[in-house]
Amino acid sequence: MQDLGEAFSLALSLVLSGNADLFEIVALSLRVSLSATVLALIIGLPIGALVAVSQFSGRGAVLVLMNALMGLPPVVVGLLVYLQLSRSGPLGFLGLLYTPTAMIIAQTILITPIVAALSRQVLEDLHTEYAEQFRSLCLSRAQVIAALLWDARYSLLTVALAGFGRAVAEVGAVMIVGGNIDHLTRVMTTAIALETSKGDLALALALGVILLVIALGVNAGVQSLRMSARRQAYV
Amino acid sequence: MSSIDTLDFRPGALPAERYVNLMPLRVHGLSLRIGEAELLRDVSFDLAPQGCTVIMGPNGAGKSLLLKLLHGLIRPTAGEIAWAGQDPMAVTARQALVFQKPVLLRRSVAANIDFVLKARGKRRDRRDELLEHVGLLHKARVPARRLSGGEAQRLALARALATDPEVLFLDEATASLDPASVQAIEAIVRQARDRGIRVILVTHDTGQARRMADDVLFLHSGQVQEHSAARAFFPDPQSPAARAYLNGSLVF
Amino acid sequence: MKLSQTLGASFIALTLATSTYAADQSILVQSTTSTANSGLYDYLLPIFQDKTGIQVNVVAVGTGQAIKNAEMCDGDVLLVHAKAAEEKFVEAGFGTERTDLMYNDFVVVGPAADPAGLHGMTDIEGALRQISSSGALFASRGDDSGTHKKEQALWKAAGIDTAAASGQWYRETGSGMGATLNTGIGMGAYVLTDRATWISFDNKQDYTIQVEGDDDLFNQYGVIPVNPAKCPSVNVEGAKTFSDWLVSPEGQDAIAAYTINDQQLFFPNAPKN
Repeated sequence: MQDLGEAFSLALSLVLSGNADLFEIVALSLRVSLSATVLALIIGLPIGALVAVSQFSGRGAVLVLMNALMGLPPVVVGLLVYLQLSRSGPLGFLGLLYTPTAMIIAQTILITPIVAALSRQVLEDLHTEYAEQFRSLCLSRAQVIAALLWDARYSLLTVALAGFGRAVAEVGAVMIVGGNIDHLTRVMTTAIALETSKGDLALALALGVILLVIALGVNAGVQSLRMSARRQAYV
Repeated sequence: MSSIDTLDFRPGALPAERYVNLMPLRVHGLSLRIGEAELLRDVSFDLAPQGCTVIMGPNGAGKSLLLKLLHGLIRPTAGEIAWAGQDPMAVTARQALVFQKPVLLRRSVAANIDFVLKARGKRRDRRDELLEHVGLLHKARVPARRLSGGEAQRLALARALATDPEVLFLDEATASLDPASVQAIEAIVRQARDRGIRVILVTHDTGQARRMADDVLFLHSGQVQEHSAARAFFPDPQSPAARAYLNGSLVF
Repeated sequence: MKLSQTLGASFIALTLATSTYAADQSILVQSTTSTANSGLYDYLLPIFQDKTGIQVNVVAVGTGQAIKNAEMCDGDVLLVHAKAAEEKFVEAGFGTERTDLMYNDFVVVGPAADPAGLHGMTDIEGALRQISSSGALFASRGDDSGTHKKEQALWKAAGIDTAAASGQWYRETGSGMGATLNTGIGMGAYVLTDRATWISFDNKQDYTIQVEGDDDLFNQYGVIPVNPAKCPSVNVEGAKTFSDWLVSPEGQDAIAAYTINDQQLFFPNAPKN
């Protein structure tokens, strides 16, 4: 408990003192995890939408797989990406290992199943409501998907938040493919792990508090978007 | 049972601005079975090229299912539907259906029309004209989900008309609306019919049926009990079921 | 609604901002947690970078993983502390040559209560036997790191089979030095740690050094440039510049000058030419 109080005051003084290292780490965390979230949306939403509106044999198995992949362990994802991006791996020539790009790739792989599986559920529920009307209007599958994605946009924000939350909080994947290199690939979670291993629990906790505040800020922003949407009766 | 020959379509009374290529409609030996339940049984009738057909019958008679079959949304178990010789599933795009509960997109009134115009490759500048036609132009910017029941149904009707349908189906479209809304919608539908759109509507409202129908198709327990001209049907229904229904004693 | 534009714009901004780091020249060092956690690199690297303009990026993992990463060509220089494994690395052709760089020593830390009565001992084998016979807890790295290899060799020399006691009094954490210290301290176990990590470790609670000073506790660090014959992607020049500087009088002096609380953490011992 003493540590906790110390952590809060330390967090506050770090932020107030404008610690440049801290802002660098925070900025990289946001950049990596937001990029991964955007990429995961670009890849995962069409997959989720396609499965939501399609009937095919083996659909049940695909749903089970999608839902299971939500539980991908970050370390395993990190390891798989590492083996591809390693200098001796098939994509080693790209020279991406231990760069923010490698971290974005790993987190994208980690959270795309979350985006796909959760958006599939959201879009399927909406499609149940729209399906007959859409068939009457003779829309193509692409038109149906586009309409569902747009009409579910505020619900999909929550899906994006779930993905972002998972990305910004994970340490296993970015540690392996980023290497926690100071001023290059160190993010909030790897910094927390490092300070913990140095035994500086107060600093580790202070960073954790800051990470939590950032997550709160992002969530509050999205929440206010949703509230205004609800006021306008778009939801 | 009557045949199409007995119907009076007041030739010349309808200025045929457009030629409805999909007519006549011929339905023969239609049946629909879902699981053990036989929902429609050996339904046969023919519809003339123009006018407004009202499908009546008690709850569970199979009226809505018949509309969906005619519109090509579901396939029959047996029998044949031919729109000027064509399969319903091939002509869905040339028809429009207004559902009892309008399914509106989570967008503005205008965007609901824009969506259909764009999706169906129609001229986008017709939107205001369509909204004006159903009396919703002043609500163009309002989220569709904020409309009252009557307004929502008028928007659904405008959306249906935006697709330039040759046939317009209405599935109890005015159930649960106030009299003024019912009147507004009936006026729009009547105009559509007068412009040559073939109207087929399902209703429980006997008053509406009297006001709108050129001919009446009476269904009961999945079977056609009677198909006759409106002017013959209402004063003197031929089938016992229709007679009982009209005087309120047919309980399903 | 401007949601799509907002998303699009932020994505473009994010991608554009990516990958503009690399200085004119940079090298990647695969190294151990003990050297990184002690703050040695934070002290050394700015001096080296000022002099040469080469940016040094350090990946700090256990020695086992560092060697594995270097074998996969993901590094230009290997700086670890497991002499036998390092020599094997060079023999297999992954490194050009290994040079002794510096040393410190291992110590056994334990709680003030000292349940195995080790305090003041200088004989590590005797101390380990006392832990085993007293049934006091011992927390091991268990991660194939340099420290773990050293610790296993010491148990073997003491004639104790830790495999049989694993999960009982012998607890393998499977994690880094700092994490193992946190865990060990949490359960009141003795821990073998390098002195540098211990001095710079902040979460000591009531733990103190109980055993130190045995010649067997010597901890030698070596530096090895990765072999370009195996790994064509290696920054040969940068790697050589860095390892040459480390073993030069200037680099050696810099290592000796690094202290925490007036205690020297590493003792340079590169061969003098």
